[in-house]
Amino acid sequence: MSSAGAPRSLASSGQKSIQDICHPLSAEESALNPGSAGLILPNGTPVDTSSPASSSSLLNRLQLDDDLDGETRDLFVTVEDPKKHVSTMETYITYRVCTKTTRTEFDLPEYSVRRRYQDFDWLRNKLEESQPTHLIPPLPEKFVMKGVVDRFSEEFVETRRKALDKFLKRVADHPVLSFNEHFNAFLSAKDLNKRQGLALLTKMGESVKYVTGGYKLRARPAEFAAMGDYLDLFTQKMGTIDRIAQRIIKEQSEFLMELREYGPVYSSWSSFEEDLHDPLEGVSGCMSNCSSALEELTEDMSENFLPVLREYVLYIESMKNVLKKRDQVQAEYETKLEAVVFREDKKTAVPSDVEKCQDRVECFNADLKADWDRWENNKRQDFRQLLTGMADKNIQHYEKFSIIEVSMLLKLLRHPQNQKEINNIKPI
Amino acid sequence: CSKSNFLLKKMEISVAEAEKRTGKNAVNMQETYTVYLIETRPVDAASEGTNPVPDSLWRRYSEFEQLRNYLLVTYPFLVVPPLPEKRAEFVWHKLSADNMDPDFVERRRVGLENFLLRVASHPDLSTDKIFYSFLTEENGWKETVFETGFQAKADSRLKALNATFRVKNPDKRFAEMKHYGDELQSVISQLLRVRARAADRLYGVYKVHGNYGRVFSEWSAIEKEMGDGLQSAGHHMDAYAASVDDILEEEEHYADQLKEYLFYADALRAVCRKHELTQYELEMAAQDLTSKKQQREELATGTIRTFSLKGMTSKLFGQETPEQREAKLKMLETQIEEGEELVKERNGECEEFVKSAWVDIERFKEQKDHDLREALISYAIMQISMCKKGIQVWNNAKECFSKM
Repeated sequence: MSSAGAPRSLASSGQKSIQDICHPLSAEESALNPGSAGLILPNGTPVDTSSPASSSSLLNRLQLDDDLDGETRDLFVTVEDPKKHVSTMETYITYRVCTKTTRTEFDLPEYSVRRRYQDFDWLRNKLEESQPTHLIPPLPEKFVMKGVVDRFSEEFVETRRKALDKFLKRVADHPVLSFNEHFNAFLSAKDLNKRQGLALLTKMGESVKYVTGGYKLRARPAEFAAMGDYLDLFTQKMGTIDRIAQRIIKEQSEFLMELREYGPVYSSWSSFEEDLHDPLEGVSGCMSNCSSALEELTEDMSENFLPVLREYVLYIESMKNVLKKRDQVQAEYETKLEAVVFREDKKTAVPSDVEKCQDRVECFNADLKADWDRWENNKRQDFRQLLTGMADKNIQHYEKFSIIEVSMLLKLLRHPQNQKEINNIKPI
Repeated sequence: CSKSNFLLKKMEISVAEAEKRTGKNAVNMQETYTVYLIETRPVDAASEGTNPVPDSLWRRYSEFEQLRNYLLVTYPFLVVPPLPEKRAEFVWHKLSADNMDPDFVERRRVGLENFLLRVASHPDLSTDKIFYSFLTEENGWKETVFETGFQAKADSRLKALNATFRVKNPDKRFAEMKHYGDELQSVISQLLRVRARAADRLYGVYKVHGNYGRVFSEWSAIEKEMGDGLQSAGHHMDAYAASVDDILEEEEHYADQLKEYLFYADALRAVCRKHELTQYELEMAAQDLTSKKQQREELATGTIRTFSLKGMTSKLFGQETPEQREAKLKMLETQIEEGEELVKERNGECEEFVKSAWVDIERFKEQKDHDLREALISYAIMQISMCKKGIQVWNNAKECFSKM
C-alpha cells in the first residue's frame, strides 16, 4: 500500500491489530482487566454483552489478506447468507453484510445488516461521485439475461455473493474509500433507503465540484498515457481470453454429449454377453462417471472463471473514465493558467482559483497513482488466483477421471480368467 | 492366442514393411498401389543364436483377399479371421479416408500381420497348403490358388448365401449364434460411430487450449512482474494442445481392435448362414424323398392321395396300362434309392458341419472374450496415461501461474 496519496487524515484512536484485541466475550478480557465489573472495549465504551456474536462465528468472519501481512487492520467486512425475498411486486435476493471494526467513525464495533444488489450499486455510484480521483472497485454485472441465466440459482447467487464480498473488502482496504461516509452508512444504517434519500439531498454539492467538462487537454502526461494504453491492450487480451474460454466450454459441452452416448451403448452390449457382461457393465458405469466429472469442470468455468474476467473488463471502463476526468482537471488548470500567464499585470499574484486548480491536479495525480499501484497489485493477485484456480480445476478433473479409470481397470483385472493366468505364472 | 500356435511354433511371421508401386492394371491403365512385405523365418534359427536373413515376399491387399476367399470356401464351417477394412470407415475429421495415406497404410500393415498370425495360430487353418505357399512362394501362388477352383465356388456360395430360404427346423444354437453376430455387429458399429464423433470433439477441446498459449504470450508482453509466469504457462498450454495427437492415435488402436471383431461378427454370421444352407439342402432332399415315396405308394395301391397333374390327366383320359405303371414304379424306385443316398450324404455333411463348426465357435467365443477383455484393459491403461499427462501439464502451468 503506497502512501503517495496521503489520505485526508482522520482521527482514529485504537488502531490495534485485530489479533491484539480480545473479543469482548472472551475469557482473556477478564484476565486483562481483573476486577472490572463489566467488559470494556479498547476505545472506552462498555460492551453490550448480550451481543449474539460468539467467538467461533467471529473467527469465521475474519479473512486475512496475505498481502497485508503485518499491516494493521481495523475494519473487516463480509458478505454472506443470501436469502430470497418474495413480495407482491418483485422477488429479489438480499445478503447479510457483517462488519467488525474498532474505528471511531462507527458507533458500534459490529454491524449486521441486509442489503440487496441495488444497495451495492447505490454505494458504488456514491463513491464514484464523492471520490472522483480514486479508482472504485467494480461490481459484478448488473443485468443478466432472463432465460439465459437463472438469477435465483444457487450457483449464480453464490458467484454474485463472492463478487460483492470482494467489492466491499476492497473498499474496506482502501485508505481513503473506507472512510467514506456513504460506505459507513451502507455498513451500518438500519434503513438504508432513508439514508440514501438524505445523502442525495445533502451531498449534491460535493459531486458538482469535479464536473469540469469543456476543456481540451493538449497532451496526457506520459505516465497517464501509458496507463491508458495499457488499459486498452489489457481489455483486448481479456476479450480474447473470454472468447477462448467460451470456445472451450462449447467444445467441452459437445464432447460431453458424445461421452454420454458411450454408457448406454456399452450397457446394451453387456446385455447380450455372458463372460463379458460384468466388464462391459463396468465400462458403462465408468463412462457415466466420466461424464459427470466433465460436466462439473465445464460448469465451473462458466460460473467461476468467466465472471471474474468480465468483472475486470467493467473495472477497466470505470478506470478509463477516471483517467478522462483527470485529463479534464488538468485541462482546466492549463487553460486557466494560460489565460493568467498572458495577463498584463505580472505583479499581482496568481489568482487563487488557478492555485486551487493546480492543487486539484496534483491531488488527483497523486490519488490516481496510488490507486493505480493498488490496482496493479490486486490485479496480479486476482489473476494469479484465477489462473491457478483454473489449473487446479483441470488437475482435479483429471484426477477424478484417473480414479474412475483405475477402479474400472481393477475390476477388469480381477476376473477369474486372469486369476488363472496369474496362478499359472511360474516363479523364476 | 497363446494356446495352439501350430504354424507359429515353427515359423515367425511378420508384415514388416509397406511400399508404393505403380503398374498397369487389368484394363491396362496406370495405377498406384501398395505392396506389403511378408517376412518369415524358422523359429529354430533364432533360438540357435544365428540370425539368418528372413525369407520375404511382397503381396498386395487384393492377394490377401484372394487367400481369405479361398479359406472361406474351403472351410465354410470355420470362423475365418477377417482382413483389416478395405476402405477407411468410422473416420473422424483429421483421419484420412484416403487409402494412400501413410497412417492408413501403416494401420493396414498391422492389420494384415494380425490376420496372418490369426490364421497361423488356428488349429485347422494353419495347416492349409495354400496358406503356406502364400507365405513362402512369391511367384506362382496366384496360379496355384486359381487352380483350386475356389473362385467359382466362392461365386456360387455368395449367390446361395444371399438367396432367401427358410429352414423348417432351425438349429436353436446356430440361430442364437447368428442373432448374437447381428447384435455384436450392430453394437460395435454404434460404438465406433460415437467414438469417431467424440474424437473430433476431444480434438477441438485440446486445440482451443493452444489459443491460450498465444494470448498469454501477447499479454505477457504488456506486463512487468506477471510477464514471465504468463509466458511460460503459455508454452505449457501449447504442449497440452499438441498432446491430443498422440492420445487419439492410441485410441485408434482400440478402434482397430473393435473393428476386427466387427468383421469377426460377420464371419460368425457367415458360418451360421452356411449351416442354415446345409440344413435347408438336407430338408429339401428329405422332402423330395418323402414325396417320391408317397408317389410310389400311390402308384402301388392305386390310391391317389396327393394331387399330381399326371394323375389327373390319366384319370381324365383313362388309366395307364399295367406296363406303363410298372415302368413308372421302377423309375421311382431308382429315384428313391438315389434320394436315400443323397439324404444320407447330406445328413452326414450336416452332422459333420455342425460338429466342426461348433468346436470352432466355442474356440472363437473364448478368443473373443479374452481379446475384448484385453482390449478394454489396454483402453483403461491408455486413458489413465492420458490423465497422467494432463495432470502433469496443468501442474506445470499451475507452477507458472503461481509465480505470476
